[in-house]
Amino acid sequence: MFNNAQEFFNTLPLIIMGGGIVISLLIEIYSDKNKVILPWFTALLFLAVGLHSLFYTNDVSIVMQNMLATGGNVNIFYAIFTLGAAVVTLISIDYIKKYDMYFGEYYLILQTSVLGMMLMAAAKDLFVIFLGLELMSISFYILAGMNRKRAKANEASLKYFLLGSFATGFIVYGIALIYGSAHTTSIDFITTNFAGLTSNLLFVAGVLLFLIGFSFKIAAFPFHMWVPDVYEGSSTTVAALFSTGGKSAAFSAIIASLFALFNGPSGNVFTPYFAVISVLSMFYGSIVAIAQVNIKRMLAYSSISHAGYLIIGLAAGNHDAIAGVMFYLGAYTFMNLGAFGIVSLVEGKNETNLDINSYAGLASKKPFLAALLSILMFSLAGVPPFAGFFGKYYIFIAAIESKLTWLAILGVISSAISAYFYIRIVVLMYFKPATNDFQIETSNSAMLGIITSVIIVILLGIFPGSFLDLITRFI
Amino acid sequence: MTETGIINISLAILFLPLLGFIVTLLLGKKIKSIYLFEVFILTVTLFAAIFVAFIKLSYYVDDRIIAEIQWFKLSETISIKLGFLIDNMTVIMLFVVALISALVHYFSIAYMKDDPRYNRYFAYLGIFTFSMNGIVLTNNILMMYIFWELVGLSSYLLIGFWFEKKSASDAGKKAFIVNRVGDIGMFAGILILFLTYNTFSFESIFHSIAAGKLPFNSDFWLTMTGILLFMGAIGKSAQFPLHVWLPDAMEGPTPVSALIHAATMVAAGVYLTIRIFGLLTADAMMFIAIIGMLSAFIPATIALTQNDIKKVLAYSTVSQLGYMVMALGIGAYKFTFFHLVAHAFFKACLFLGSGSVIYAMHHEQDIRNMGGLRKKLPLTYATFLIATLAISGIPLTSGFHSKDGILASSFAFGSLTGNWIFAIVGFLVALMTAFYMFRLVIITFHGQPRDQHKYEHAKESPFVMVMPLIVLAGLSIFIFYTPNPLNADEGWFISKWLPAPVLSAPNNTRFDFMQETAGAVTHNPSHGTITYSESYTEAMHGAHNPAMILALVLALSGMLLAYIFYQWKKINVDKLTQAIKPLYTFSLNKWYFDELYDKTFVAGTIGFSKLIGWFDAKIVDGIINGAGNLTRLLSVFTGAFDRIVIDGIVNFAAYLSGFIGLIFRRIQTGKVQTYLILVIFSIIILLFLFND
Repeated sequence: MFNNAQEFFNTLPLIIMGGGIVISLLIEIYSDKNKVILPWFTALLFLAVGLHSLFYTNDVSIVMQNMLATGGNVNIFYAIFTLGAAVVTLISIDYIKKYDMYFGEYYLILQTSVLGMMLMAAAKDLFVIFLGLELMSISFYILAGMNRKRAKANEASLKYFLLGSFATGFIVYGIALIYGSAHTTSIDFITTNFAGLTSNLLFVAGVLLFLIGFSFKIAAFPFHMWVPDVYEGSSTTVAALFSTGGKSAAFSAIIASLFALFNGPSGNVFTPYFAVISVLSMFYGSIVAIAQVNIKRMLAYSSISHAGYLIIGLAAGNHDAIAGVMFYLGAYTFMNLGAFGIVSLVEGKNETNLDINSYAGLASKKPFLAALLSILMFSLAGVPPFAGFFGKYYIFIAAIESKLTWLAILGVISSAISAYFYIRIVVLMYFKPATNDFQIETSNSAMLGIITSVIIVILLGIFPGSFLDLITRFI
Repeated sequence: MTETGIINISLAILFLPLLGFIVTLLLGKKIKSIYLFEVFILTVTLFAAIFVAFIKLSYYVDDRIIAEIQWFKLSETISIKLGFLIDNMTVIMLFVVALISALVHYFSIAYMKDDPRYNRYFAYLGIFTFSMNGIVLTNNILMMYIFWELVGLSSYLLIGFWFEKKSASDAGKKAFIVNRVGDIGMFAGILILFLTYNTFSFESIFHSIAAGKLPFNSDFWLTMTGILLFMGAIGKSAQFPLHVWLPDAMEGPTPVSALIHAATMVAAGVYLTIRIFGLLTADAMMFIAIIGMLSAFIPATIALTQNDIKKVLAYSTVSQLGYMVMALGIGAYKFTFFHLVAHAFFKACLFLGSGSVIYAMHHEQDIRNMGGLRKKLPLTYATFLIATLAISGIPLTSGFHSKDGILASSFAFGSLTGNWIFAIVGFLVALMTAFYMFRLVIITFHGQPRDQHKYEHAKESPFVMVMPLIVLAGLSIFIFYTPNPLNADEGWFISKWLPAPVLSAPNNTRFDFMQETAGAVTHNPSHGTITYSESYTEAMHGAHNPAMILALVLALSGMLLAYIFYQWKKINVDKLTQAIKPLYTFSLNKWYFDELYDKTFVAGTIGFSKLIGWFDAKIVDGIINGAGNLTRLLSVFTGAFDRIVIDGIVNFAAYLSGFIGLIFRRIQTGKVQTYLILVIFSIIILLFLFND
C-alpha cells in the first residue's frame, strides 16, 4: 500500500477521517452520553482533518499504486470540505434536536459523506472517483430523508436518490466506455493519450456521459431540476451541506480528472460545452430566483447560478481560472453555509418562517443576526470587500485571459441581476416593519458556526491574496 | 535596534490605539473605568513613539525605511501592496500625534468627567489616533486614502459627539459632506495615478515620473493630478473655499478640537501635500500657493472680530494652515513641515487652554463675558501666553523660527520670480495674527471681570488638565528645534532631520529656480533627481535678515495695536467699528460664506435634487418599471415554466393553495419521470450542438 512512511503520513487526512468514522460508530453504540459527545467529536474531527490538510499542503505525492494524490490542491479541497462540514455540524447540533430527529447516524453519515468527497478530490483513477462519488451520494440520500416523519423529506430523499442514481448511471456508463476504449481507468494515462483516443467514437461518448453525469452533481442547467425540490424538502442543515460540500466535491472531481486536458496540446476541447451550460445556469438561476418566495428555494436557484459562475472557470480552463474556481468554492462554501445557518435559526420549530417576508424587520428583532446575514448576502451578491467579490473577480479575469470576454460580460450581467434578490433580503430586514410576530431562538453552537463563516468570508475578502497564493503554488 | 525593529515598533504604534478602541467600545457599557485602559494604551503608544523617534533620529537619520507586503494580486503585473515609509518626517509626526493624543486623553479625563458617554468618547479618540498614525506611516496613496476616510469618520463621530444638540449633529454632517467634495478630487487623482503607473506607492510613482512617464503623456495632466490630489488637502485642511466646516466643528468637545481640528487631522492635508511634493509642477504649485494665500488671509480677517474663544482659534487655525499650504506652494518645503510641527504644539496648547478656561467658566465661550482671569487661572494664563507669543512669531519661540522661515521663503520667491504678492500677504497675515491673538488674550485674561458671578466661581483646573498645557507650552520654545535663538537654518530640525525634497516632475515644468540646471547639486540620485538649486539657497540667505526684522516689527506692532485697543483703551473700539461698519460686519459674518453656500450650493443642490427627483420619478422609474415589469414577466414566465412544465401542474396548484399543496405533493409520482424525460431531451440537444 505505502512505499514508505512519508506516503503514509501524506495520506493521513483520509486515514484520520476513516478512523474517526470507526470511533464515532463505537461512541454511538457504547456511550450513554453519545448525544453530547458525538456532535462535538464530529466537529473536532472535521476541524483536525481540515487544519492538518492546510498545514501539510506541501506533501505532494501519489500513493497507493497511482490511485490517490496527496498534498497541494487535494489538501486545500480537503480543508474546504472538512471545515465546511465542521460548520454544518455546529449548526446541526441544536437544529436536529429542535426537530426531534436526533439519531447518532446523522453525524456518522455526515462523516462518511465527507470521506466520499475527499476521495473524489484525491482521485487519480476513475474508479476512485466513482467510489468517492457513491460514498458521498448514498450518504446524501440518507441525510436528505433523515427527518423521516416529514413527508417532504421522504419525497426529497427519494427524488434525490432516483435522479442521483440516474446521474451515477451516466457516469458509470461513461467510465465503462472509457475503459473499453482506453483499456485503463488511470486518469494520467487517459489524459496523456487523450488526443489519440478521441478518434474512437466510443471514447468520446464515454467522456461526454461522464461530463453529463457530473453536470448533474454540480447542479448545472439543464440538469438542475432536483436542486430546488431536494433543498426545500430536506433539513436546512443538510441542504447546506449539499449545496456546498457536494458541489465542491463534484468540481474537485472534474478538476482532478480533466484539468490536465484543459491546457493540453489540443487546447480546451470542453470550452464550448462548459460555456453553454454556464451561461444557461447563471441566467436561469438568477432570473428564477427573483420569483421565489421561499428562502430555501431562492438559495437553491442561487446555487444553480453560482454553479454557472464556477463553470466559467472551467470553460476558461487556464491556471488562474482553476485557482479562481478553488477560491470561489472556498468563499462560496462559507457564505452559503452562513446563510443556511441563519435560515435554520429563523425558520422556527416547524419550518413556519421560510417565507422571505419572515425576514421583514429582522434588524430590529435580532440586530446582530441581521448584520451577519447582510454581510453574507452582500458577499453572495459579489459586493467587495467580501469573499464573493474576489471569487467572481478572479474567475472573470481568468476568462478574459482565455479570450472569453463575452462570457465574463455575461457573468457580470447575471451577477447584477442576482444582486436584486440578495439585496432584497437586506432591504426586508432593515427597511420593512415586521409583518408577523415570532420569536427567534438562537443557539450558541449554531452562532459559533455562523460567526466563523462570516469571519472567514470577511478575511477572504480583505486578504484574498494569502489564500489565492496558497492555491496558485500548486497549480 | 535594527530597521526591522523600527518597523515592528511602528506596527505596534499603529495598532495599539485600534486595540484600545475595540476594547473600550466593546466593554464600555459593562466596565465603567475601561477608559483607563485606553489612556494606558495611549501612554504606551507615546513611549513607543518617543523611542522610535529617538532611535531613528539618532542612528538612522539618513535612512528611508520602506516595508511592503502584498495585499492581493489583481493580475500578473498589478498587485496591491500595503506598506510603511518611515523617514524622519514620519517619526516626528508619529511623536507629535502620539504626544498630543496622549495629552488630550489626560486632559479629557477631567474635562469630560460628567459625560454619560464617557467610555465611548475615549474609544473614538482611540480610532482617531489609529487612523492618523495610518496616514503618517503609509508609503502609498491607497492606504493614505483609506486612513484619510477613517480620520474623516472619527472626526465626524467626535464633532457630533453631543448629538442631542442639533448644532453639533449639523456640524458633524457639514464637516463630513464638505470633506467629500475635496475627497472626490483626491480620488480622481488616485485613479489617474493608478491608471498610469499601475501602483499606488509614492516611491514607484516618483520613480516613473522621473523616468519620463507622465499621465496621458502630458504635462497638463501631471499638473491636474497634483491639483486633484491637493483637493483632498483643501477639504481636510479646511482651505479656501472649503474652510467653512472647521469653525462649525468647534461644536465638538474642546479637547477634540485641540487634537483633531487644530493639531493633527487638519494638518493631514499639509502632510499629504508634502508627501506628493515631488510630483507637483510649477503650475500646480502656483495653484496651491494661491489657495494657501487666500486661506491665510480671509480667515485672519474674520478672526479679528469673532467673540467666541474657540471660533477665534478656529479661524486662526485655518489661517495658519493656509500659511503652510502657501509656503509649500512657493517651495518652502522644510519650513512648511517645521511650521506644521510647531503649530501642532502651540495650537493644541491654545485649544486646551481655551478648554481650561471654558471648564473654569462653566461652559462659557463668549470672551465678552470673561476678563481678568489671569488671577484666577495663573497656569492656564502663562501657558496660553507662551503659545500666543509663539503663534505671533515673537523670538525665543518655535513659531518665530518657522514663521520667519516661511516669510523669508516668500521674500526669496518674490526676488526669484518677481511675484511679491505672497510676501505681502504673508506679512499682512503675520500682523493680523499678532493682533487678534493678543486681542483674545487681553479680553479673556486681562482687565476687569465682566461676569462677576462666573468669575467668582472660576478656579484653576485640576492637574491632569494643567499638565498637558505645561508640556505643550514647553514644546513651543525654540530650544527643542535649534540651539540658535535667532536662526533655525543651522539647527538640527532643519539641517539634520529634514532632507531636501526629491523632485521628479519634468525639468521644463518646474519653477526656474527649482530646475536642475540652476546651479544645482545632484542629491540622492537613486530616486528622483535633484534638490533645490543654489540660486534658491542664495536668495534665502539674502531674504533671511530683512524678512526677520520686518516680521518682528509687524508682530510687535500687531501686539502693540492690541494693547492700545483693548488694554489701554486709547482708541474706542466701538467708535472705530461704527466708522468702518461695512467692513466690520463683513468680517463678523465671516465674509458671508455660509450664506453664499446656502444660497448657491445648498439651494442649488436642493433644486437640482428636486429636478432629479422629478426625472427619477417620471422618467427613470418609468424605464425601470418597464424593465422591471419585463424582467418580472420574463422571470414569471421562466418561473411558470419551471413550475408548470417541470414541477407539473399539480405542484403549481400546490403553490397557489398553500397547505393543500402538501397533500398534493405526496402524489407527485409522475414528476421524476418528467425530469428524466427533460434530461434526455437536453442531452439530445447538447449532442446535436456538439456533434463535431
